Amino acid sequence: MKTLSRWMAAGLLASAALLGGCQTVKPYDYSNFRAHPPRSILVLPPLNESTAVEGTYGYLTTVTRPVAELGYYVFPVAVVDQFMKANGLPSAAEMQQAPLAKVAEITGADAVLFLDLKQYGSHFQVLSSVVSVEVTAKLVDTRSGMLLWEGHGAAQQGSGGSGSLLGDLISAALTQALNKHSDRAHQVSRLANANLFYARDTGLPYGPYSPKYEKSH
Amino acid sequence: MMRLCAVLCSTALLAACAAPAARYAWGSYEEVIYASYASREDVPAEKQVEILEKDYQQARAANQHMPPGWHAHLGYLYYQLGRGDQARQELVTEKNEFPESAVFVNRLLANVKSP
Repeated sequence: MKTLSRWMAAGLLASAALLGGCQTVKPYDYSNFRAHPPRSILVLPPLNESTAVEGTYGYLTTVTRPVAELGYYVFPVAVVDQFMKANGLPSAAEMQQAPLAKVAEITGADAVLFLDLKQYGSHFQVLSSVVSVEVTAKLVDTRSGMLLWEGHGAAQQGSGGSGSLLGDLISAALTQALNKHSDRAHQVSRLANANLFYARDTGLPYGPYSPKYEKSH
Repeated sequence: MMRLCAVLCSTALLAACAAPAARYAWGSYEEVIYASYASREDVPAEKQVEILEKDYQQARAANQHMPPGWHAHLGYLYYQLGRGDQARQELVTEKNEFPESAVFVNRLLANVKSP
């Protein structure tokens, strides 16, 4: 009996640790968010602190889907990127430093999502390689400058993983072209984003296009 | 056994942060953009347009909506290819489907003036 309960305790601890991947003890304080709930979110290219230059766009091109599926209008990331470049802001750092009022005037966005890519890519261990993606996010209201939400997401995948979740979804022509350049970190980014945006109690709340919108307020 | 545990554990992890059910027909939208940065020489704008148009036909057949930004992005590709009429049409569709885009799309439309 003693052994059994010890095993159960171990099991409980293990599941708590697992949930910890998506659920931190302290829920996020959403009062600023509720005071200025955004409809539209402008996602700027991330600052890239990783050693992988391809991380900037490898990661940026995984953010639209989770945020839009939560119920927000997400501006077309590449069009925004090109528009900003054409208007004198050639890098992510410069885009992220643009005055919020100016960004609001040009795009009409309610909020800007500032991303900071901490890790992107593989590091080698004794017998295998591990692909890691780590990112922090800050959602800022363009009118008040208030921080509405912030979060952290990370994911890792060992060399044994299939990493083909996405492979099934994209067309043959693209698969061929992408396999040449594609890095697994791009796919691991989607797992990191699940931890970042969908985490219970700390994730990004549902937006106005979601049927669950009001429930989360 | 260890492997089975690893699989189960990652499933549990994913389940703990369940994603909402898909609302939009994503097709290859994000992958096309990724390719446009990562391997432009293999996937030129014409090819990107072709892939997106195909996605659109499939979505229409299944009566699904394209995600926010999708029509504006396709419009932007048409614009790059000098197909002004189609560019305008896609930008207007974006604005009609997502009024939040109006300020930005109007700015883009001003660049795609009639010849």
